[in-house]
Amino acid sequence: MALLEVTDLGISFGGLRAVDELNMTLEEGSLVGLIGPNGAGKTTVFNMLTGVYRPTDGGIRLAGENIVGKKPHEICKMGIARTFQNIRLFNKLTVLDNVKVGLHNEITYSLAESLLHVGSYRKKEKMMDERAMEILKVFDLDGQWDYKATNLPYGKQRKLEISRALATDPKLLLLDEPAAGMNPNETEELMETIELVREKFHVTVLLIEHDMKLVSGICEYLYVLNFGRLLAEGTPAQVLSNPEVITAYLGD
Amino acid sequence: MKQTKILSKTRRDSVIAFGIVIIAYAAMQALSMTGNLSNTITGLLVPICAYIVMAVSLNLTVGILGELSLGHAGFMSVGAFTGIVATTFLADAVPSPILRLTVAMILAAVAAAIVGVIVGIPVLRLKGDYLAIVTLAFGEIIKNIINVLYVGMDDRGLHFSIIKQTFTLNEGGDMIINGPIGVSGIDKISNFTAGFILILITLFIVLNLINSRHGRAVMAVRDNRIAADSVGISTTRFKLMAFVISAAFAGMAGTLYAMNYSTITAAKFDFNLSILVLVFVVLGGLGNIWGSIIAAALLTVLPELLRALNFNDYRMLVYAILLIVLMLFNNSGAKEKFLGWLALRKEAKGHKQKKEVA
Amino acid sequence: MISNLIAGISLGSIYAIIALGYTMVYGIAKMLNFAHGDVIMVGGYMCFCATFYLGWPPAMGILLAVIVCTVLGVVIERLAYKPLRRAPALAVLITAIGVSYFLQNAALLLWTANPKTFTSVVGNGSVQIGNLQVTHVTIVTILVCVLIMAVLVWFTNKTKMGTAMRAVSEDKDAAQLMGINVNTTISVTFAIGSGLAAIAGVLMLSAYPMLVPTTGSMPGIKAFTAAVFGGIGSIPGAMLGGILLGVIEIFSRAYISQEVSDAIVFAVLIIVLLVKPAGLLGKQISEKV
Repeated sequence: MALLEVTDLGISFGGLRAVDELNMTLEEGSLVGLIGPNGAGKTTVFNMLTGVYRPTDGGIRLAGENIVGKKPHEICKMGIARTFQNIRLFNKLTVLDNVKVGLHNEITYSLAESLLHVGSYRKKEKMMDERAMEILKVFDLDGQWDYKATNLPYGKQRKLEISRALATDPKLLLLDEPAAGMNPNETEELMETIELVREKFHVTVLLIEHDMKLVSGICEYLYVLNFGRLLAEGTPAQVLSNPEVITAYLGD
Repeated sequence: MKQTKILSKTRRDSVIAFGIVIIAYAAMQALSMTGNLSNTITGLLVPICAYIVMAVSLNLTVGILGELSLGHAGFMSVGAFTGIVATTFLADAVPSPILRLTVAMILAAVAAAIVGVIVGIPVLRLKGDYLAIVTLAFGEIIKNIINVLYVGMDDRGLHFSIIKQTFTLNEGGDMIINGPIGVSGIDKISNFTAGFILILITLFIVLNLINSRHGRAVMAVRDNRIAADSVGISTTRFKLMAFVISAAFAGMAGTLYAMNYSTITAAKFDFNLSILVLVFVVLGGLGNIWGSIIAAALLTVLPELLRALNFNDYRMLVYAILLIVLMLFNNSGAKEKFLGWLALRKEAKGHKQKKEVA
Repeated sequence: MISNLIAGISLGSIYAIIALGYTMVYGIAKMLNFAHGDVIMVGGYMCFCATFYLGWPPAMGILLAVIVCTVLGVVIERLAYKPLRRAPALAVLITAIGVSYFLQNAALLLWTANPKTFTSVVGNGSVQIGNLQVTHVTIVTILVCVLIMAVLVWFTNKTKMGTAMRAVSEDKDAAQLMGINVNTTISVTFAIGSGLAAIAGVLMLSAYPMLVPTTGSMPGIKAFTAAVFGGIGSIPGAMLGGILLGVIEIFSRAYISQEVSDAIVFAVLIIVLLVKPAGLLGKQISEKV
């Protein structure tokens, strides 16, 4: 059974059909790209997958279970985590606390233990600190654990967002333009980190990018979206040689 | 090594907050015992304690949760009148005043928390200024309802009514809350030590909450609601949690405050009181708990201090001007300029000294 | 029934005129000007002093009140709010509260807490319509409100300054780039809002003649509620919100209870906001993800 099955997914805003008849299947452990020109509806797909928008048609199943109509925080608990195109960190919290918020449902203790600092509070907090530092280390952020998130440089903020998403122990990780605003060196390094993350955290990755060359290096499979519809799908080689894709990207 | 560093950082603010309160309490007790405390200040001690609890609890809503509440006095009012009814009702059953005050405060906290849930569920669906105006509206509604509330006790037990005409008590019954006239003949069982202990409990709970997974979830909702949702935090649940805890402490502050006066009316807990507490929170710094404590204490004493300095007629005017000037200084970039100027002066001085040495 | 309705519309017209000041300032400066209610009080005292102490005719009294309040509004904006234009909203709110305290306490020093009895600027007469007795104040208030509304709609839609105002309220930075003087535009908005507050103050005191330094605060809060009720930032919304609020208040006073009429007004506000979170005529803005 595939990890994620999207069938005939569609959404309308007023009269505008933002996404239409989208079908996607992600196998467990795969690294898949969702590409397309600006305004093609890629982020809208992410918003439907994470419950921010409710699709008007179609179905989404995660490991066989329906997630349409569920709230974003419920979907996260079911195993989908994401990053945002316009970075959304908890700006006034430290780098470490950002990741610890991600661990909210992973390492838990009761409200009474929170208010009185009794019972397993100390032990669980220590576990959280250790786990969070472990994740930060992967992204080379452990040295800056006590920085306020807002004070991190841009590239590191993107990495912190991925760390936070991974802290929720997702089955499926959605990355929305993770390399946006990075220089070519940083981008290359990030792409390597993403491949590493897939191995280390046993996670399936779906990432949005509008630069096709970038994703073709690491993705095994690509979906190309244009004007809300699926234009092409296949291995990077197949997609890149597809004349329709070339037209959509370069114009006539 | 890393662990101790993490702990020391989160503990620092707590130590400051507890330190201020304990030292201030000891100093006041010492002054009072040596007879060096003026009557005015002695009379202000319990209200200051109540205001500190109000400010710390409101800081939980405004600073930690990040939602502007303009109706915090409403919860204080619920707590005040619940406390009064409870102490009157328990007068015979619980003879020890300390125990009676404790029970009254717990009941006040429960009552204020219940009202907090009733208010919070609709209010927290709204955003920003709309949320603020609705908390204001609820505060006024609570004031209005308590203003027409008649509560009495006779041999059949407690009686409640909101219509004066239909409200009757058996012979020998006691009127507790008499509508707009309020309550008179309160058994004044609050004292400075009770206020001090309530502040310590409030600090303990609020600071613990901030340094916990629940508190982090609340701050995550404040910083970015959509991102908090995306990492599996139920935003409505944590907003409500913070709001209700905040209301419960306001309720306890209400009991402390009311049991310090012989008469009290619902009109006392109006919009202006909510604003006063909000001023404490903002001037003390959003999310800064010890800042709230200092601001609440100083700003309550300030008008009295101005009175003592023969500024009596102008004291509230001076207070208003100070408030405006402080806000302008803190927020218009004047502070940065001033600090920069100070730094420059220091540097210039340093240069001068170096030259002299050379 | 009908007389209550007319009384409600009249009270609502006063709320509407005050609410216009709130809504225009909110639209353009994105701030809740808590001192707005106290400008009403200043207007009231100005008119009172002119007619009572100086013996001026009512028209001159109104003129003085409008001029003083207009200048006061501009001065308050320049001194207290302008330096905070890039500051957090809460800082501006607290400053506005400081200004409100300042005005109330200055009035307390100048005129003491003893209530002054305001003389109606249109006399105490009334007209008989069928078997209805309607006071002059009521009629004048409603007419003035309609007139102000018409002029404001014309002003914001047809004049250059009105267009500038709408531009600044949409996007301050873009408006500046288009050559609009943002500071002047904001000053003009405060001037108009405060001038209207003076008129509202005189009308309100003509109907309810007790004048004390805190006279403005409750009507201020209610008018603010009315502005939110109608959708803050919207001029027709402030009008609609004000009038509905006045009618609800008078009806609940007459038919339910004098004491809890304020509670009912606020309860209606809460219900409206729960059904329409941006008010009756407000625009709902959803956050982009």
